[in-house]
Amino acid sequence: MSGREAILNRLRVALREGKDDATREQAVQARIAAAPRGVVPMRGRLPDDDRVTLFCAMAQKVSATVERVGSSANVPGAVAAYLRQRNLPARVRMGADARLGAMPWNTEPSLEIDSGRAQDEDLAGVSHAIAGIAETGTVVLHSGQDNPTTVNFLPEHHLVVVRAKDIVGDLETVFDQVRQTFGKGHMPRTLNFITGPSRSADIEQTLLLGAHGPRALHVIVVDGD
Amino acid sequence: MEIRSPAFKENARAALDDPQLRHALEHVKSGFIVKRAMAAEALPEFEKLRDSSKAIKDETLANLDKYLEAYETKVTESGGHVHWAESAADARDIILKICQSVGARTVTKGKSMISEEIELNDFLEGNGVQPVETDLGEYIIQLRGEHPSHIIAPAVHLARSQVEADFRRVHTHLPVDRDLTEPVTLLSEARKVLRAKYFQADVGITGANFLVAETGTSVIVTNEGNGDLTQILPKVHIVLASIEKIVPTLSDLSQVLRVLARSATGQDMSVYTTLSTGPRRAGDPDGPEQYHVVLLDNGRSSMIGTEFQEMLRCIRCGACMNHCPVYHAVGGHTYGWVYPGPMGSVLTPSLIGVDKAGHLPNASTFCGRCEAVCPVRIPLPKMMRHWREREFSRRLNPATQRYGLKAWAFFARRPRLYRLATSIGIPVLSLFGGRGRFKSLPLAGGWTRHRDMPAPEGRTFMQEWKQREAQKQGARI
Repeated sequence: MSGREAILNRLRVALREGKDDATREQAVQARIAAAPRGVVPMRGRLPDDDRVTLFCAMAQKVSATVERVGSSANVPGAVAAYLRQRNLPARVRMGADARLGAMPWNTEPSLEIDSGRAQDEDLAGVSHAIAGIAETGTVVLHSGQDNPTTVNFLPEHHLVVVRAKDIVGDLETVFDQVRQTFGKGHMPRTLNFITGPSRSADIEQTLLLGAHGPRALHVIVVDGD
Repeated sequence: MEIRSPAFKENARAALDDPQLRHALEHVKSGFIVKRAMAAEALPEFEKLRDSSKAIKDETLANLDKYLEAYETKVTESGGHVHWAESAADARDIILKICQSVGARTVTKGKSMISEEIELNDFLEGNGVQPVETDLGEYIIQLRGEHPSHIIAPAVHLARSQVEADFRRVHTHLPVDRDLTEPVTLLSEARKVLRAKYFQADVGITGANFLVAETGTSVIVTNEGNGDLTQILPKVHIVLASIEKIVPTLSDLSQVLRVLARSATGQDMSVYTTLSTGPRRAGDPDGPEQYHVVLLDNGRSSMIGTEFQEMLRCIRCGACMNHCPVYHAVGGHTYGWVYPGPMGSVLTPSLIGVDKAGHLPNASTFCGRCEAVCPVRIPLPKMMRHWREREFSRRLNPATQRYGLKAWAFFARRPRLYRLATSIGIPVLSLFGGRGRFKSLPLAGGWTRHRDMPAPEGRTFMQEWKQREAQKQGARI
């Protein structure tokens, strides 16, 4: 008997007591199909403006920096200014995301853009989030042809663009959108929920930023468009 | 790892005599408790979310075979492979075979307690594959040849100066005169050393905080980002997870995530919550080419249908040990195996046998703080009591203890005699304990060695109770 059969058989025998296998199978399939919502905190259920404000406050609370721009046309300028203010070279790593691609990067002629997956030596990376979550100040990103996951983790500075209209109240709303985009039961290879910059408290429980992932997380919220 | 649980008492004595450890454990007492309380307080729905999480895990366990099959179907659909391991040895063999199939020489690892449970590192090393722990705490204890002393803060027993000494001993390629006095310099050094390892590794092994049946997804929760670099840079990603990690759907995942980080570190959400489904897709610029899940049983399926089934709700947040006065006093290594604290005291006897781990369920004051903070409301004290009963009925505890209990039972079953004996004994103790505390007592050296025994104030509990009731009666009239 294979390990699979042995484990499943043991479980089956132990669980059969109450209901028969077929009834349980049906109930399980129905529960997965219905995916009932549990307790959703009221915290994120706010009018649009307040929700964006809460998102920004929660992100700052976990040591992200946040800036709001009026339109996606302002993003290249905001990225260049971020690098200048921190004395970083005018160079970013970026995937081939269509939303980022449509922005007027030529307004920043001195800014060099490296495309493709991130490299070890990259200092700054720019990504576009599919959503922000107000209840925790989290940005949500997924992998795909245009979105290398390495950009989220290798550079020292991670700049994430999120549209204000994509900022939702809670986790459940993001999962509903993912189900809609990819089809129920299907997922992108990687779905990243990122809440602040990388950190560790493993040495004497002292909290330090910049463990293995980015030392800084900068969120650019695009209000217009 | 070597099972040292039978030596719990000796381990505890050594721990209590270790001033450095006592100092380090202060961090557990102060930090974690306050942070959890603040996070719980800040979310009005927290208690309801605990109920919800408990119900989700109960539902999953009641149909675990079905959810595992549903999960497996989805993993396979997304191009991943599921391997079933009945025992630690099976899991080790499966993982080694995968490593060998790609000629792996270096393996990076995210934090996984199950990897400790199956003693994976020694096994891989013995077979020519170098495992590298990437979580900062795990990396430090790997350098020291130690095991985690806490399930979410593996190096909590160490001082900064010890870490500095280890880094100087191992990182010999770096300048000898470098300054490592600040914790942040240690962090930066580890970051640099481990970066190179991520790129060298052929296989990345992570644990899983949850597995989602709806989508065939594995979920890891970290603050450092090490788990992510471990799983996206190498060619192969292996997820090592035990069978009870399943939750039915993404909606259920939302519930348990809300209680996990708050209970563990007091964060609303950990920095990186990452959902992985299958290998990289066509056209993806990065991600692993192979995705394997090793589902470990190792004794868990035998807990289903017993009085210990509820223990499988555990989501490994560490809140029970953070709040445990016994853990605070003796630290994690004293428990002598992988899982310390109250959850370890219940789980360890299930996995390695109560004959070896019998001291663990006895190492409790039954104060109930563990159950009060458990995000999935596991009745830990009740389950420790079950183990004590089993130990007693299988005659595993020492004869003196058994005779003591029998003697006590003799009196307890004869209330008048019991009251007479205590009404003589208590005033006697009170007489000798003039200053209110005993520094030593015959037959109670185990107690008085590390703390004073409070002296009774003169009367028995029953006498006090009687008087209070009489006063209440009087007040009512």
